[in-house]
Amino acid sequence: MHSIEATSPSVWKRFKDSHFWHSFKKDKVAIVSFVIFMSYILISLCAPLIAPFDPYDMTQFDIMDSEIPPTWQENGDERFVFGTDSQGRDMWSTILYGTRISLTIGICAVLLQAFLGIIIGLAAGYFGGRVDSLLMRIADVQLSFSTLMVAIIVLAVFQAAFGAELYQDLALIMLVVVIGIAEWPQYARTIRASVLAERKKEYVDAARVMGLKSGRIMFRHILPNTLSPILVISTVQIANAIISEASLSFLGLGMPPSQPSLGSLISSGFAFIFSGSWWITIIPGIALVVLVLVMNLLGDWLRDVLNPKLYKG
Amino acid sequence: MALLEVKNLEVKFGLRTGEVTALRDVSFTLDRGQRLGIVGESGAGKSVAAFSILNLISRPGYISGGEILFDGKDLSKLSAKEMRYIRGNRISMIFQDPMMTLNPVLTVGAQMVECLQAHTKVSPQEARRIALEKLKLVQIPSPEKRLDQYPHELSGGMKQRIIIAIALLLNPDIIVADEPTTALDVTIQAEIMDLLLELCKGQNLGLILITHDLGVVSQVTEQAIVMYAGRIIEQGPTKEIINDAQHPYTQGLINALPQQGIPGERLNQIRGSMPPLHRVPNGCAFHPRCDYADTICETELPGFTQSGGCKAACHLVAGRISLKSKAEETH
Repeated sequence: MHSIEATSPSVWKRFKDSHFWHSFKKDKVAIVSFVIFMSYILISLCAPLIAPFDPYDMTQFDIMDSEIPPTWQENGDERFVFGTDSQGRDMWSTILYGTRISLTIGICAVLLQAFLGIIIGLAAGYFGGRVDSLLMRIADVQLSFSTLMVAIIVLAVFQAAFGAELYQDLALIMLVVVIGIAEWPQYARTIRASVLAERKKEYVDAARVMGLKSGRIMFRHILPNTLSPILVISTVQIANAIISEASLSFLGLGMPPSQPSLGSLISSGFAFIFSGSWWITIIPGIALVVLVLVMNLLGDWLRDVLNPKLYKG
Repeated sequence: MALLEVKNLEVKFGLRTGEVTALRDVSFTLDRGQRLGIVGESGAGKSVAAFSILNLISRPGYISGGEILFDGKDLSKLSAKEMRYIRGNRISMIFQDPMMTLNPVLTVGAQMVECLQAHTKVSPQEARRIALEKLKLVQIPSPEKRLDQYPHELSGGMKQRIIIAIALLLNPDIIVADEPTTALDVTIQAEIMDLLLELCKGQNLGLILITHDLGVVSQVTEQAIVMYAGRIIEQGPTKEIINDAQHPYTQGLINALPQQGIPGERLNQIRGSMPPLHRVPNGCAFHPRCDYADTICETELPGFTQSGGCKAACHLVAGRISLKSKAEETH
């Protein structure tokens, strides 16, 4: 057994020799995007450690500090790097926590989408026939409602039915569920298309000849072969989910002002933009745009790398 | 009773334009340790026959008649679960293109272990040990290394050896090999065929070898079936078929072998091509291409005529038509 381990290259070495790593090293845009994206992740993970204030703790902010501009401006205060919002909360801390919420919603919603989409797409592609028609028609119906429309209806009905207080507690989960359910057909369609192509390959027949069960063939044999489109679509979908959440929050249907996401920050600052307090809207806006931009750039790069037509020739 | 007994098998494909019959009246038997070759042009129904044994015909195709008795059970009527038990475990299959048959994202070891674990309760270590043992059996160089390699790291010949090793994993009774060497180059072909032959003898396996290469059939098999347009036209011991073919089609196939050609001359060929399944001619399906065809061939389907150990479906062999003068000249 020892000789086997000695001869087979480690995962890390395989990775370092891969086309993936080489094209990443060559692509500056990809490197920059990746670094920025990772710093977003790091910042949002460590938000409680980095942030000078806790924006959820009412005792830590004072209404007298409201609308203080960023430090580099006149009247800036050294305690508040990016200034404060209308309630006297430190913008920097609030953005850190807001990014955390936005990313959490984005990633969780996409995990839910992927979970539903992968199962439904695999089943539709693998079984074909009536199962396929039925599932894909459901997907078509789902797609014909725009995400925002579904979200607005569901969230508004929920708020009206159960009251705003319960909603405040459940806002995060509700947003994840709504955005997750509204967008699963994107996954299902992409996966179904690749499964249809994979299913015709002989290794699937070979797996059947081995006497494997359908579920095993679907998840262990076909799914890993459809991983590249899943990866690509995931980056795009996380960006989309973050934007959806921001739009909903901007419309007042997303995260409540007490636990602001980037979207609700932009929204809460919007009322003050003409009174000169531009930083309340613009700074979280820039944070959001940069986040979505790097995710899309990463998605583009991934698509180029994983598309065999572009490099295998 | 034989281990595998196919009786009057009929397979149809339901197409939008109507049903076509891909296989009709196919019967043969096979026991452990026997080797059977199925020969024919592309589209003769060889692969359909192989797939139907494992009940792998997918829509729109279906088995419309006949029986496939394996160990006394009719495979065409088994439930999906019972069929899973047979597949891989009792009957396994080797496909044409080794490049395509292995899953590109799983290591060789993972695929072998998975096959074992699908049928038996073995620990991963034990499964790995069995996998290694089978890899040694197929004489692959440095078998330990192969377990952790991905299919793209291996050559075509090595892949086919691994596929054979996978087919052998659970010590099946029968291996169905669907053109196992067509995608390989000639030297590797010979190696793989020798290996298959050796394994079948050593492990007392039944082998169904599907090929269009009569040379391979004569090397490896004891019994042979010649198929044309979905029907068996000649069946019997391989030696007799090769040395003394009765059916004009089989004779044509043998004459078409490059070894039969005269250097500098054009190679022999059978004129015309196999009819598409939805336009199979009446009577003997081969008559439009046959040098000896007579009026009876156009109307009446020939039955089998026993001749030595072989039986052939031909009016000529049955003595129902006399050789035309032109045909006599050529003989």
